[in-house]
Amino acid sequence: MSFNPKHILGIKDLSTDEINFILDTADSFKEINTRQIKKVPTLRGKTVVNLFYEASTRTRTSFEIAGKRLSADTVNISASGSSVAKGETLEDTAKNIQAMHPDIIVMRHGASGACQYLAERLDCSVINAGDGMHEHPSQALLDAFTIRQHKGSIEGLTVAIVGDITHSRVVRSDIYCLSKLGAKVRLAGPGTMLPPGIEKLGCEVFNNLEDAIRDADVVMMLRIQRERQGTPLIPSVREYARFFGLNGNKMDLAKKDAIVMHPGPINRGVELGTAIADGPQNVILNQVENGVAVRMALLYLVAGGEKLQEDC
Amino acid sequence: MKILIKSGRVVDPANKLDKKLDILVVDGKIAELAANIDPGNAEVINAAGLIVTPGLVDMHTHLRDPGYEYKEDIISGTRAAAAGGVTSLACMPNTSPVNDSLAVTQYIITKAKEQGSANVFPIGSITKGMNGELLAEMGELKEGGCVGFSDDGLPVINGEMMRRGLEYANTFGVPIFTHAEDLSLVAGGSMNEGSVSTELGLKGIPWVAEDAVTARDIMLAELTGAHLHVCHVSTKGSVELVRHAKARGVRVTCEATPHHFMLTDEAVRGYNANFKMNPPLRTQEDVDAVRAGLADGTIDAIATDHAPHHIDEKNVEFAIAMNGVVGLETLLPLTLKLVAEKVLDLSKAIALLTCQPAEILGIDRGTLAVGAVADITLINPNKEWTVEADKLHSKSKNTSFDGQTMRGYAVRTILAGKTVFER
Amino acid sequence: MATETIEILDTDGVNRALTRIAHEILEHNKGVEDLVLIGIRTGGAYLASQLQQVISAIEGVKVPLGIIDVTMYRDDLCSRSDLAVGQTDIPFRLRDQKIVLVDDVLFTGRTIRAAMGAVMDLGRPQNIQLAILIDRGHRELPIRPDYIGRNLPTARNEQIKVDFDDLNTAQAVHLLRN
Repeated sequence: MSFNPKHILGIKDLSTDEINFILDTADSFKEINTRQIKKVPTLRGKTVVNLFYEASTRTRTSFEIAGKRLSADTVNISASGSSVAKGETLEDTAKNIQAMHPDIIVMRHGASGACQYLAERLDCSVINAGDGMHEHPSQALLDAFTIRQHKGSIEGLTVAIVGDITHSRVVRSDIYCLSKLGAKVRLAGPGTMLPPGIEKLGCEVFNNLEDAIRDADVVMMLRIQRERQGTPLIPSVREYARFFGLNGNKMDLAKKDAIVMHPGPINRGVELGTAIADGPQNVILNQVENGVAVRMALLYLVAGGEKLQEDC
Repeated sequence: MKILIKSGRVVDPANKLDKKLDILVVDGKIAELAANIDPGNAEVINAAGLIVTPGLVDMHTHLRDPGYEYKEDIISGTRAAAAGGVTSLACMPNTSPVNDSLAVTQYIITKAKEQGSANVFPIGSITKGMNGELLAEMGELKEGGCVGFSDDGLPVINGEMMRRGLEYANTFGVPIFTHAEDLSLVAGGSMNEGSVSTELGLKGIPWVAEDAVTARDIMLAELTGAHLHVCHVSTKGSVELVRHAKARGVRVTCEATPHHFMLTDEAVRGYNANFKMNPPLRTQEDVDAVRAGLADGTIDAIATDHAPHHIDEKNVEFAIAMNGVVGLETLLPLTLKLVAEKVLDLSKAIALLTCQPAEILGIDRGTLAVGAVADITLINPNKEWTVEADKLHSKSKNTSFDGQTMRGYAVRTILAGKTVFER
Repeated sequence: MATETIEILDTDGVNRALTRIAHEILEHNKGVEDLVLIGIRTGGAYLASQLQQVISAIEGVKVPLGIIDVTMYRDDLCSRSDLAVGQTDIPFRLRDQKIVLVDDVLFTGRTIRAAMGAVMDLGRPQNIQLAILIDRGHRELPIRPDYIGRNLPTARNEQIKVDFDDLNTAQAVHLLRN
């Protein structure tokens, strides 16, 4: 199968076939990560720039390892703050990087739409590693990959996502990805964290955790930013944990073989009780592990074919 | 100096005129309207097939002069106006320095008179420096030529300050123009709040942010008996608030912009900052309500909120891009589109662009009455053309309509008997 | 353009060739000690599985069988339209093993180069040998098979097609000529 997208800006733009192809490709790359010599020459001579405007250990490291295992030259650039604060516009920064002829820029940025902005202005491929509250496609793909690994197929599953929906780019990508693959997606969170019209993306909205996770196959908990405490959004982390944390016996409501996911990093005792965080249903470390394979697939598929330079 | 504008369809709502007439202009004033005027020694302008209207009046613009001349100045802004068929415009005081002093008012008026291509009527600020703390010297500013007062760009947050502003402006018989926005509800939003903002991951501005302050200011107008003009109504709720207020006799008028009756928040998909403005583009329901408001007379004027910004202020991430779009050169065809779409008849549309805003501003323009200053716009209503941002006369190119096909434009703009634009 | 199809080997022919190759492998390696078969996806993998059965019939031992996908090692990333990557499945150690790479058709040699690269990344074998059902010539790299089912001089624009049945057993080999 061919793969035409030059950029990965969001799951919304991908077809179901393309999503499945990415997951299948990741399946093939997964084996490399268990080898003694974890490297293949696939992207030899390609340069991947990880341009991160927001702090990120997990995603950046995952993309970096993915690139290195495919023999790409990976370079990390941590840019701080908004372009205004920095005195250089995003376009200028990007053009400077482009002058060094990278093949792929992997970008994380605090502004929604920043990756599309970049893709419209540069020649190289752009992979969105999270833009504002918009999308985080590689996370959604690794979530789907992990669910597929544990459940065989995603079609017909019920996936509950609980937490700060408003500020989560992961949720938006997950809704697109999982609904395209045939899952039913449910959301729950306090009213202050449920954005208007989110159901139009293809999900059902609940205002309590219990109803959302009842008979679910997958329960995905979102990280609650402690900084939100004291804003008008939640009165306290303590109260949040009581009503929207996955703790105690709440998992009994979900299916017996349900799995628990979290995009990390976890706030133990807040959105996830320690017993559940360390419990047998938790597949969080699988998600991290699969993240590398999925990102290898993305780098490979974006670099492959005739999308980039004419001769290479 | 005589000009004879021959055989045009004269549409002058101020005088309830819509028929084929000749107009004779002598020494910059309208001298005669009649069928078949003998040209004598007058310069003849053939207006057959054209619509002849009073020069258009745009009651809400930002000329950026003084202080932000890199975006626009009085020369370029009035040139854009002339190209759009606009002969009179009111300019908002959010310049640098703010137009809260006679010096700034006189600077604007003098520069416009000497170097401009349109009449410029300054609007002074309600509060000094637009800080919301002390009233500006409205009496002196009015004497100097200000036609109204506004802190446009910012709301007057303090309710008592707004009340006193209305009372004080009323002393001098001038309206207060409210920029109705509750900043605490805006809370850093950059587009209309709704399913589109949710999908795009952009922080939303709820309609309540506009409606709540519109409601407060209407009640303050009711309390004080002053004339309140609501700028750029963009929500269904605001239109309804104005409609109900008018029905119970409150002295309230309002305006709407072409982008608010032409575009919805769907246009923000793609994160193009040329669809970022304040108030933001709303939903189809709001667009429909604004159109209904124009049709039933709730809305008194179509104004551009012409807000030039330099490309560097727009060519950035959406959330940090500046608010506003230019509009002077697309005002006329977008208004004519409402006629084509049968929202308005032609006479009503021209009234919204001429005599109605002129009346709110209290200026002797927007009419082709004999004796009036000969500000006249000749319009080819059928000519199709494509907006090319690069070719706009404005210094800034931040239009929402780049690449769009328009129908109709001004082919000649006459200011006090003198042609200031022709194509 | 009409395509002319010429049968090169029928089912018996394929089986005879595989049997001979099996004998040659056993003879050359003096039995099955440290011997492993690695088929190149997809045709080579099917043939390797058949060879495993033939060897088992002769020696009574099932030699380890692995499958390798060489996509990640190919040198034409930017010009391929098909980007599918198959899985590599080699569930045993390669260190100090005698590896027989199996493929259906040997042409330019680029696939074999990629396969050798792939194998070497998985461990350091004692040696690598190459078994091929059809050698059609036109080598672009210095690669020579150790075991050949059939040498078949071809024109560059001709195609060799190995037919497999539903059980992935080779049924015949055809030459397609435009």
